[in-house]
Amino acid sequence: MTPTDRTHRTVDVLVIGAGPAGLALAARLAAAGVDRVEVLDREQHAGGIPRHCHHTGFGLRDLRRLMTGPDYARHHVAAAIRAGAVLRTSVTATGWAAPRTVDITGPTGLERVTATAVVLATGARERPRSARLVPGTRPAGVLTTGQLQQAVHLHHQNVGRRAVIVGAERVSYSAVATLRRAGAEVAAMVTDQPRHQTHPARHLGTRLRYGFPLVTDATVAELTGQGRLESVRLRHRDGRTAAVVCDTVVFTGDWIPDHELARSAGIALDPGTRGPAADAEFRTGEPGVFAVGNLLHPVETADIAALDGRLAAGPVLRHLAGRPWTPGALPVRVEAPLLWVSPNRIAPDGPRPPRGRFTLRTTRFLTRPVLTVGQDGRTLHRGRLPRTVAPGRPFHVPADWIAGADAHGGPVRITVD
Amino acid sequence: MTVTTTGDLPGEVYDVAIIGAGVVGTAIARELARHRLRIALVEAADDVGNGTSKANTAILHTGFDATPGTLEARLVREGYQRLTAYAAETGIPLEPLGALLVAWDAEQLAALPSLAEKAVRNGYDETSILDAEAVYAREPHLGPGALGALEVPGESIICPWTTTLAYATQAVRAGVALHLNCPAGAITTGEDHHEIATPRGVLRTRHLVNAAGLYSDEINRRLGHEEFTVTPRRGQLIVFDKFARGLVDHILLPVPTALGKGVLVAPTVYGNVMLGPTAEDLGDKTATGSSADGLASLREKGARIMPELLAEEVTAVYAGLRAATEHGDFQIHADPGRRYVAVGGIRSTGLTASMAIAAHVAELLTECGLDPGPEREIEPVRMPTIGEAFPRPYQRADLIAADPAYGTVVCHCERVTRGEIRDALTATVPPGSLDGLRRRTRALGGRCQGFFCGAAVRAQFDAATAAQDRTEARR
Repeated sequence: MTPTDRTHRTVDVLVIGAGPAGLALAARLAAAGVDRVEVLDREQHAGGIPRHCHHTGFGLRDLRRLMTGPDYARHHVAAAIRAGAVLRTSVTATGWAAPRTVDITGPTGLERVTATAVVLATGARERPRSARLVPGTRPAGVLTTGQLQQAVHLHHQNVGRRAVIVGAERVSYSAVATLRRAGAEVAAMVTDQPRHQTHPARHLGTRLRYGFPLVTDATVAELTGQGRLESVRLRHRDGRTAAVVCDTVVFTGDWIPDHELARSAGIALDPGTRGPAADAEFRTGEPGVFAVGNLLHPVETADIAALDGRLAAGPVLRHLAGRPWTPGALPVRVEAPLLWVSPNRIAPDGPRPPRGRFTLRTTRFLTRPVLTVGQDGRTLHRGRLPRTVAPGRPFHVPADWIAGADAHGGPVRITVD
Repeated sequence: MTVTTTGDLPGEVYDVAIIGAGVVGTAIARELARHRLRIALVEAADDVGNGTSKANTAILHTGFDATPGTLEARLVREGYQRLTAYAAETGIPLEPLGALLVAWDAEQLAALPSLAEKAVRNGYDETSILDAEAVYAREPHLGPGALGALEVPGESIICPWTTTLAYATQAVRAGVALHLNCPAGAITTGEDHHEIATPRGVLRTRHLVNAAGLYSDEINRRLGHEEFTVTPRRGQLIVFDKFARGLVDHILLPVPTALGKGVLVAPTVYGNVMLGPTAEDLGDKTATGSSADGLASLREKGARIMPELLAEEVTAVYAGLRAATEHGDFQIHADPGRRYVAVGGIRSTGLTASMAIAAHVAELLTECGLDPGPEREIEPVRMPTIGEAFPRPYQRADLIAADPAYGTVVCHCERVTRGEIRDALTATVPPGSLDGLRRRTRALGGRCQGFFCGAAVRAQFDAATAAQDRTEARR
């Protein structure tokens, strides 16, 4: 055995990431008769993020029923295995050796796997405190929701007694429930927005049940404490600061795709999503490499990721059948205050995006905004949204205008009046 | 092998006690361990290298820009040679990238020749002056406006964490007693030994070495000395994502001018890129926090040096305190009457100089009446590979075949395996905290900062700690 010994294999489809998107795609492909569909996950157990989301609300759009995260994860794992996909856990894709060829490390050794199609389904993560440049000391007790949920639900660890939650979007409310379950009180939920960004019913329900102050228009100015977190200093919009005593702070939301494999393959990223730029058929700029799930749109709910996986089965099957790799190449970009749009590459003569629409995010509340889709000064679409859109929540623009775009023109731009 | 974290200190009288287990204190302990002596290394924190030694710019300096004729200049020059050899022998990550002192204006450009001359006076004659074209050929991602640079090929990047840990590991295996969680209180100097009060009882020693870093002036005063006062100088640094590593190939140093020091941009041995440090004189020896102003000024300066760097994600932000004094040189003083050596004012060059400082201190101790006896060979150490320039366990089929734990990646961003974490937790000098584990393995130090692996790493740490507690209880 030399240090560099690697087993070489080939498969038809290699899916990297066994979350809802990767599993749903693998199940479809295996059921469609693809011979060797292999799904890798670097965690000990397949299922992805839902494994440690113990609240209900999963499965509505893809399975037409409601279940908890762990149940939902188990459902998708079982469905993929039943369909005939091969699931391998505790294995890590460490990089690329050649086009569509991935190097893998696992307890059984080193491998090099070449696939006709590689599907990146590596998901997204919350930006930690450091990436948000929050000043102060570096005490223990500083978490993201992902770490908090795993600590409480998978490892039954103590997470402190009094927590501040940074963010007031969907995931922030999950953090409240997890903290309360772990016996911690919530000292405050803090958002830099003028109000929370989840469904009013969810906000009210959570507050009635757990009772905590929501501090709006405020940012975290500093963390203090040697050893363990002692307090969080908040800065209000008018410049006032106030310290909140706590031993735990949870940074929620502010998602970024886990795009290491995409980027190390040289795949162009979209400046808005920071995930791989991909067209309506989940194709990246790298031949034979697809991307699905929250790697493309940080973040949508798990069922939307699973629907991506389902919808990507057709394009992957066509690629396996020898279809030339000609992904849509016309960029679709957003301008501030919009944050991102997905998909963000189109072929005007190609198919419309999944569910016939583009998904967008904004960085601030917009009250019934008028959205304009334009190219080189030409308006392709213009319309008013019927409701207010909030940061951290999806809204959509219909895709019936794409045939009118010029494939050889400048980028399509989506703007707000 | 003796490493204690709790309980009463042994009653014996040590030949030498060293206060402070930073890079200097551990290097001194390792040097003295080459003789048959009873040595204690006492540290206030729960780990070695937990102060200035863990938060610095991690550069191995040639000493080209030291003040000629100073003790610091000599010890840095000697220490550079010694530590380069020691790193190769022990597996301390080290990459001889070379430095460029980039000149951004006419004044800085005009200063380069005199810096080259100064290097020669410091015994370093390998520098060369590059024109703008040559600078951009070496560093194409530099911001616009670089006029030239002084190239210093010998400047290297090193892992300060592994360096301190290697010294401590070798010292403990050679018989040094390491006592952690043991801050030094009042010191009584008697006829033949010192008595140092600690929360864990009295430590008795014939000779005393003060390597207490930021607190070396306070210990010094307890021995009746007032040669120096430590004014902590804070340096904040930003560590950028590994995707930034391809932007920079050298250590990019500022040209020192009358307007003060600029900041550097340098790769790290872990494959990241760092930007910093600030330089703020503070009164508070515990102020290891970053500040909004500090980070903003770093980003402003970094944007000029390398605009593309600022587009990358930030992985970590940290601040370290340099033990600066009112003097322009290391403050190493011996008091033979009290059998005492003070090692103070060790600035950012302390990491490079550490082994030479240790040899110097050993000499001073003999002048203080210590009879070291004959030298002996001490067992070499091999440290785990946590640098990116060498194959790491997750890349090694032979290691994984022998032990599958090296093929099970736990910390995904840094590719740290279950086997490496296990090894660190059961090592000669185990970590006292998750931070200590991070410095030994890189686990938790990556771009997700624990989103994916934080709970799993902590579970492994907690299990090992519980097992150790049970063993201690049985004893």
